[in-house]
Amino acid sequence: MRKIARGRNYFLLTGLAAFFISGCGYNQLQGLDEQVKAAWAEVQNQYQRRADLIPNLVSTVKGAAQFEQQTLQQVIEARAQATSIKLDAQALSDPATFKKFEQAQQNLSGALSRLMLVVERYPDLKANQNFRDLQAQLEGTENRIAVARKRYVESVAEYNKGIRFFPTNLTAKYLLGLKERETFSADEGAAKPPQVKF
Amino acid sequence: MKLRKTRLLIAGFVFLLAPTIFFSLTPALDVPPLRGRINDYAGLIPADRARALEERLARFEAETGHQIAVLTVPSLKGDSLEDFGIRVAESWKIGKKGFDNGAILLIARDDRKLRIEVGYGLEGVMPDAIASRIIREVITPLFRSGDYAGGIEAGIDAILKVTKGETLPERARPAPGPPASQGGSLITILMITAMLALFIGMTRRKLFGGAVGGAASGLVTSLFASGGLGFVLLPALIVGALLGAIGAALGTGSAGNQWVGRSRSRRGDWGGGVFPGGFGGGGFGGGGGDGGFSGGGGGFGGGGASGSW
Repeated sequence: MRKIARGRNYFLLTGLAAFFISGCGYNQLQGLDEQVKAAWAEVQNQYQRRADLIPNLVSTVKGAAQFEQQTLQQVIEARAQATSIKLDAQALSDPATFKKFEQAQQNLSGALSRLMLVVERYPDLKANQNFRDLQAQLEGTENRIAVARKRYVESVAEYNKGIRFFPTNLTAKYLLGLKERETFSADEGAAKPPQVKF
Repeated sequence: MKLRKTRLLIAGFVFLLAPTIFFSLTPALDVPPLRGRINDYAGLIPADRARALEERLARFEAETGHQIAVLTVPSLKGDSLEDFGIRVAESWKIGKKGFDNGAILLIARDDRKLRIEVGYGLEGVMPDAIASRIIREVITPLFRSGDYAGGIEAGIDAILKVTKGETLPERARPAPGPPASQGGSLITILMITAMLALFIGMTRRKLFGGAVGGAASGLVTSLFASGGLGFVLLPALIVGALLGAIGAALGTGSAGNQWVGRSRSRRGDWGGGVFPGGFGGGGFGGGGGDGGFSGGGGGFGGGGASGSW
């Protein structure tokens, strides 16, 4: 009888220890946090990659044709705006900053797709090998951005679950001070080229 | 009677699962299983030429380590080529883990669209512009004349030529986020503290004594840890005191050495096994082709190019 009681004691102890050590989700939350940061770094990388392509694209377009200035100017301005907003992983919990970042990048997406639409009217430019390569790179980068965003959204969903669910929410709040992170809205309409009337 | 119950149960399950099955099937095109290097679901390549291609790609992998695969599907069924492409890449994991040296040539027959999906490790030798040129200048002219098998062969030729130059241990992919070393050491300290505190606590009679003993063990462990007294101390003290008190509560009455002495349990019936033993990870998806070919864990990030004919 005594033996059984003692055995249960140890069993309970082990259970308790396991609960406090792993049940609180400390490691799990840390891992999720790192994943979100890595996913965000990739999003920023790809946006940066796009921004880096633009000067080359603009000069190629300028050199190849008497291209309308307004469209180009819009791209240049949108790029300047987008690159001026840096958002590191710490600021991902702030909806206002996040929205500003997202808005600036979407403006640039819009300006770029308008440029690509206007290019349709310049057959010489479209046949230019240099331009075609740049266009392929830009398309590839846009696709990488889409993939990076998708992975970020997934990692934030996992992370936010950990922040909200019991009992990991206690660890997140009182031990680690982690906050929910912002995520991209499913505004896929922004990814589609806008309609331009000629 | 029993039969009826079983039937009811089955009906219930079907009722519960039906929406999940329905929703998981409708929105996106399923990734077809990896059958080998050539996955000709659209039937574009005659069998003998497919076999020859399969062997060529196997030889290429033996020589260079790079994995190249082909997928043809009849239709995207309204899905976007790029979305489908990355899902195929994520599910097949063509290329070696850590080197990500894989590429997939994807063809959607009825949509008249094609894409080369390039793994991280091959982006250097096959940047988007090159992938795009292969599509525009090599593959689509043949596709337009109706020569699908020829277009695929020529495309593979070009891909092999381009990627041959990439030798394996050349590139160290940037690690996706460094491990949390500080968090790691903290959790270790807390774990040791918890264990120590529990043991110390159980030798104490009073809750307070247990808490003090536990806190002391927290102090000692954080002192021993390399980080010293810094930010580790407070959590260690708290965990120590808490676990010490719990230990004291559990071990109450067992003065001195309860490990050999008698243990009089005074607590009520708590019941065992209420605590989850941590969080189970998700299952690992098995899979892989039956032809002895499977992806090696290569990663893709959406690099490559798309085209149409």
